[in-house]
Amino acid sequence: MEGNLFTAVLFATVVAGTPLILTALGLLVSERAGVLNLGAEGMMAVGAVAAFAATHHSGSPWLGVLAGLVAGAAMALVFGFLAITLQANQVASGLALAIFGVGLAAFIGKPYESLALPAVPPIRLPFIADIPLLGEALYNQQALVYGSWALFWAVLWFLYRSRAGLVLRAVGESPAAAHAIGHPVVRIRYLAVAFGGAMAGVGGAFLSVFYTPMWVEGMVAGRGWIALALVVFATWRPLRVMLGAYLFGGVMVSQLFVQGAGLQIDFPSQFLSSLPYLATIVVLVAISRNPATIRLNSPLSLGKPYRADA
Amino acid sequence: MLRLEPRPQASRLMTWLSPLLATVLTLVAGGVLFAVLGRDPVEGLRLFLVAPLKDLYGLSELLLKATPLMLCATGLAIGFRANIWNIGAEGQFMLGAVGATGVALWAGESESALVLPGMLLGGALAGAAWAAIPAWLKTRFNANEILVSLMLVYVAQLLVSWLVFGPWKDPQGFNFPQTVMFADAALLPVLVDGTRLHLGLLFALAALVAAYVFMYRSHAGFRMRVAGEAPDAARYAGFSASRTIWTGLLCGGAAAGVAGMAEVAGPMGQLTDKLGLGYGFAAIIVAFVGRLHPLGIFLASLLMALLYIGGEQVQQYMNLPNSIALVFQGLLLFFLLGADVFIRYRLRFGSEAASA
Repeated sequence: MEGNLFTAVLFATVVAGTPLILTALGLLVSERAGVLNLGAEGMMAVGAVAAFAATHHSGSPWLGVLAGLVAGAAMALVFGFLAITLQANQVASGLALAIFGVGLAAFIGKPYESLALPAVPPIRLPFIADIPLLGEALYNQQALVYGSWALFWAVLWFLYRSRAGLVLRAVGESPAAAHAIGHPVVRIRYLAVAFGGAMAGVGGAFLSVFYTPMWVEGMVAGRGWIALALVVFATWRPLRVMLGAYLFGGVMVSQLFVQGAGLQIDFPSQFLSSLPYLATIVVLVAISRNPATIRLNSPLSLGKPYRADA
Repeated sequence: MLRLEPRPQASRLMTWLSPLLATVLTLVAGGVLFAVLGRDPVEGLRLFLVAPLKDLYGLSELLLKATPLMLCATGLAIGFRANIWNIGAEGQFMLGAVGATGVALWAGESESALVLPGMLLGGALAGAAWAAIPAWLKTRFNANEILVSLMLVYVAQLLVSWLVFGPWKDPQGFNFPQTVMFADAALLPVLVDGTRLHLGLLFALAALVAAYVFMYRSHAGFRMRVAGEAPDAARYAGFSASRTIWTGLLCGGAAAGVAGMAEVAGPMGQLTDKLGLGYGFAAIIVAFVGRLHPLGIFLASLLMALLYIGGEQVQQYMNLPNSIALVFQGLLLFFLLGADVFIRYRLRFGSEAASA
């Protein structure tokens, strides 16, 4: 019984952390290129609704994920045009994307609100799924959970082991220097922003197609913003994004288990529901209290527009 | 060939033309959207722009919707001027409603003339207190105010939900998540008979005037503007950065709190969990479209209120979800940010070499 509970909590934590990992790793790449896109909430919402609609009409959850990916990237490119080409304020442009995306998703999603999708069966990995306690929790999961792990390794390799990743980081630290040695700063930033949007879109798709196979207005519920906070919390490093995402996943599912375990505490459920948001504030405070931590780790040109002939 | 050329000086003309350009572009895009959806674009835009204004009642509803937008945006603009990004006005609005409701419920059936001022104070203080959290965490721990103030919106929503489902629930309310209806002494007087337009509009207008005096006629306001436009100069002049942060957030919180008070003491007459209508987020757009200037905010809040009401009209007569209003509002901000490029650059024809 104790073991079952452990497995169940771990399973739910991994599931709840997955949309955060997908989104936050995407944002991390675009921030490493120096672009701060605050529109994650909007990109996730549009990704979620696009994925739901595509899955509903085609019957294929994978076409749904593709639709979420494309929709998220398209949203990010709108932001990119404003923030990179027109050099608008990145904070304002990101807020615009967040507001617009949430509104657009509500508008597109209206006809789909009362529908449900069939649940997608998990994929059981041979042999390792039989490991006691851990196997059922970690290796009998949705394909996108494995996908989020693959994304982690890919981002890690890309940023620290590949030449292209080195160039991307250079663009984020000093776009002028990167430009001077012949790297196309604008194109690299566009690609990084589009990648961030695509991953946020996949994160949204995970919510509406796999996690809770339905669409409700407001279902992203601040996860885009939490993912943005996670990147700061992780001091722009992929491994810490993973740890942070699972930490938050754990906080998010804790309320279900407190209620489900029949613990006799007379706690308002709203208090438990507010824990992920309060936890976000706490970790931001913890990581930011030493200004040097942020200054040393954040990409130097983060949030600053770049103009080649300036 | 078209290209952008930097202007030697930011164009003041374009600063004010840009919102107009953005409005026109939004309408064009809106017309295209209607056409794509298989609706008559002219009829759609008529429903959005003209139909809501056809009579006195329509105008009063416009001003009613514009009131919270005006209040929230006025407060936000003070912070935005100094690059203090308070985006949690929605939560501060809710806390203002909670603070005012607390006073109203405490006063009960009292007919004292002090109930409304008490609610106003309660709303402003509660809103400011909610905004004080990001201010304190920013000044003391360097925590990003964007994320903190935004997270507190969700917490505020849950707080309201807890209150109306729990301790403040109307015992005779058939289990609906709402408080009792306020007594008459706790309701804002209606300005024009036969409409819902209430005294809150005057609060908003007073806030606009106060914000103008503060920003352009006081030294504290001058410090805020310098901190936003030339942070290095502000530091060199010895202006306290944490004072700027506190001022920006507390003004935003108090104004949003008053807006929340005016909502429960005005059209709602009670606190319910349907309080959050997105005014706090829409106010961000109002503040930008209004160029962070009180006069601009006045005009922009009317435009945004029109979009809200237009959304309801389109829902009623064209069978489209009223969230189309959110799409229009988002488009407006996109187009504004895009059009703003002409403040710093101008369009030139021909290649660079030709003009050199």
